[in-house]
Amino acid sequence: MIRTHVMICGGTGCTSSDSPKIAEAMEQEIVKLGLEDEVKVVRTGCFGLCAMGPVMIVYPDGTFYSRVKVSDVPEIASEHLLKGRIVERLVHRDNEGGEQVEVPTLKDIEFYKPQLRVALRNCGVINPENIEEYIAMDGYSALGKVLTEMTPEQVIEEITKSGLRGRGGAGFPTGKKWLFASFNKTPHKYVVCNADEGDPGAFMDRSVLEGDPHAVLEAMAIAGYAIDAHQGYIYVRAEYPIAVHRLQIAIRQAREMGLLGKDIFGTGFDFDIDVRLGAGAFVCGEETALLTSIEGNRGEPKTKPPFPANKGLFGQPTIINNVETLANIPQIILKGADWFASMGTEGSKGTKVFALGGKINNTGLVEVPLGTTLRQIIYDIGGGIPNGKKFKAVQTGGPSGGCIPAQYLDLPIDYENLKSIGAMMGSGGMIVMDETTCMVDVARFFLDFTVDESCGKCVPCRIGTKRLLEMLDKITSGNGTLEDLDKMEELCHYIQANALCALGQTAPNPVLSTMKYFRDEYIAHVVDKRCPAGVCKKLLRYEIDPEKCRGCTACARKCPVNAITGRFGAISKK
Amino acid sequence: MKSLEELAAIRNKMKDKVALRENNGDIRIVVGMATCGIAAGARPVLNAFVEEVSKQHAENATVTQTGCIGMCRLEPIVEIFEGGKERVTYVKVKPAMVPRIVKEHILGGHPITEYTIGAVEK
Repeated sequence: MIRTHVMICGGTGCTSSDSPKIAEAMEQEIVKLGLEDEVKVVRTGCFGLCAMGPVMIVYPDGTFYSRVKVSDVPEIASEHLLKGRIVERLVHRDNEGGEQVEVPTLKDIEFYKPQLRVALRNCGVINPENIEEYIAMDGYSALGKVLTEMTPEQVIEEITKSGLRGRGGAGFPTGKKWLFASFNKTPHKYVVCNADEGDPGAFMDRSVLEGDPHAVLEAMAIAGYAIDAHQGYIYVRAEYPIAVHRLQIAIRQAREMGLLGKDIFGTGFDFDIDVRLGAGAFVCGEETALLTSIEGNRGEPKTKPPFPANKGLFGQPTIINNVETLANIPQIILKGADWFASMGTEGSKGTKVFALGGKINNTGLVEVPLGTTLRQIIYDIGGGIPNGKKFKAVQTGGPSGGCIPAQYLDLPIDYENLKSIGAMMGSGGMIVMDETTCMVDVARFFLDFTVDESCGKCVPCRIGTKRLLEMLDKITSGNGTLEDLDKMEELCHYIQANALCALGQTAPNPVLSTMKYFRDEYIAHVVDKRCPAGVCKKLLRYEIDPEKCRGCTACARKCPVNAITGRFGAISKK
Repeated sequence: MKSLEELAAIRNKMKDKVALRENNGDIRIVVGMATCGIAAGARPVLNAFVEEVSKQHAENATVTQTGCIGMCRLEPIVEIFEGGKERVTYVKVKPAMVPRIVKEHILGGHPITEYTIGAVEK
C-alpha cells in the first residue's frame, strides 16, 4: 500500500535543470531503502514556479522542496521518506520584507495563494502519462455527460452562457465559434487545436499539454460532438518534444480505452485525433495559415471571410481553439456555465494563465481570475523586481502586444481594458522590464522578430515592417530625426489597416505603445543622441574625468582605436 | 469504453490512490519513524495505518511520519492530532492494534484508553 507520493516536475523548465535524473535517482534510493511498496515517484507536469526548479512535492504532508539537486536525493529519501524528518535546508523559502521565511507546504506559498487554477488544475497534481489518474480527477466524465445527457445544441448553449472567450489572442467568444460551425450541414467537419504557441516568453499551452494532455483531448471530443465533427487535429510545434511525446501517449491510451475512436460510451459517436507537427513558424499560429500548413502547403494566411467555421481545413467547416481555451471546457460542462461566469469581469469570464518572464523574481506560470490587477500579478505573485530595481513597463501579448507603463499597474486585466491602452491579451505572455531596459530597443527587438517571421505574402507586412525596423535602427544608432518619428507613426497605422492577417495588423503595436507611453525616450535618442537606459551601444559616450584620472593608462591600453593620448601619469584628453 | 459505468469504476478505483495528494484531512495520524521507532517495528505499523485508513474509508485522516518523540523505550509511538481536541498518544503499537484504532478512534471518535501512554505507563 502506497503511503507517500513524491511528485517531481517533468515540465520543460525543470527537465532542463535535470529533473529526470532526480526522479531516476529517487527511484533508485527508494529501492535501496526497501520502500518501493510504500513510496511512489510521480513525474508530473509544470507546477508553475519555474524560477525555483527543479521542484519536488512530497505528499501527504505536501512538503515543497525547491532547487533540488541530484546530490540531495539520498538525504531526502533517508530523512524524509524513511524517517519522516523534513529536510529543512531544501524547503522553499518566501522572501518577506527582506527576511527569508520557511514555507514548508505548497498551499502556503505566496506564489500560489492568490491563484485560482482551472485550466492548470491538474498540472503538477497528476501523472500526465497515466490516463487513470486523469479519470480519478473526474476526467472524461464531461464527455460522458455530454454524450449521454445533452444535445449538441445544449452543449453550445452552455459554452456560450459561460462567456468563455478564446485564450489564444483575439478573445473571440468560443460558443459563437462553435455555433457558426454547427450551422453548416456537411458530411466532413474538423476540430483543430492550435498548440503553435509562438509568442516569445509564452509557455502556458506547452505546460497544459505536458501536465494535463487528456483535458485537451476530452475537450476536442466534446467540441466534435457539438458541431458534428469526427476528426480532430492538434497542431503543435516540433520544438515542444515533451508535449508531443505526452500527447502521443495520451492519444494512444484514450484509444485503447475506447475514449477516442468508434462508438464512444456506446452512443454511436465516433471521434479521433491526430497530431500534426509545425516547424515553428510564428505565422502558423494564425488560424488560416495553420490550416494551410496542416493541408501540407506552405504556411501562409488567407483572407477572411470565408471564416474557418464556414470554409476551413480541406475546404470544410472547421473550428480552431487554443489549448488553454479547450482546457477550460470539461470544467464548464461538469460545474456549469454559471460557475464559470461567476469568475472574472463583465466581459471577460473565468481565469487566465500568464507566463511571467523578464525582470521578475518568480519566473513561472500563474493562473488568476480575469480582473486581477497587474500589480497583484507582478508584486504579490511574481515577487517583484529583482535587485531592488524600479519597475518600468510590462509587455503583454508578445510581438503583437504592447508595453504597459507603471501608471496602469492597478488596471484590472481583461480583454477590453488591455485593448483600450494599446496592448492586448494575446496568449498571456508577460515580460517585465525594469529601469535598465531601453524602450526603443524593446520595440526594435519585437519588430526584428516580426520582420523575420513575416511570411511575405502581403506588401504592408513584408515591406512595411522592414521599413519600420530600418527607422528604428536609425534611431538607436543616433541618426534619427523628429520627422522619422512622424513617418513611423504614419507607417504603423498604414500597416495596421492594410496587412492581410493578424500578424501584420498587430506588428506595429510594440512601436505604437512605446511611442505613446515612452515618447521622452524616443526624443532623447533623436534630439539628445542619448539612450537614458544605457542600452543602445552607439549612443554611449566615454569621457575622461580629469578630476578622477590618475593616469594609470588602463583605458588607453584597452581602447581599440587609440582615441586616448598622453602618457603614464599624465593622461588628460580623450 | 462502452459505458459510463466502466468510467465510474476506474474513477472509484483510482480515487483513493490520488486522494493522498489533496492533503485535506482534519485528523493526522503521526507515526514516530526515527531510528528507535524503526528498530521497534514502526514501519509495519505505518503501513498498517495506511492500509486500514483506505480500507475503512477514513477519508478525513492523513498518515504521516515524524522523528524521535523522545520516549524511545515506548516505541513504536503513534500520535493522533485532531483539530480542537487534545492529542492522543498510543505507545508500543503493533500492527494488530491498528484496525481497532482506526475503527473506534478515527471513525468512532473514541480513543482506546488501554493503548494510550497513560494506561501503559501505570
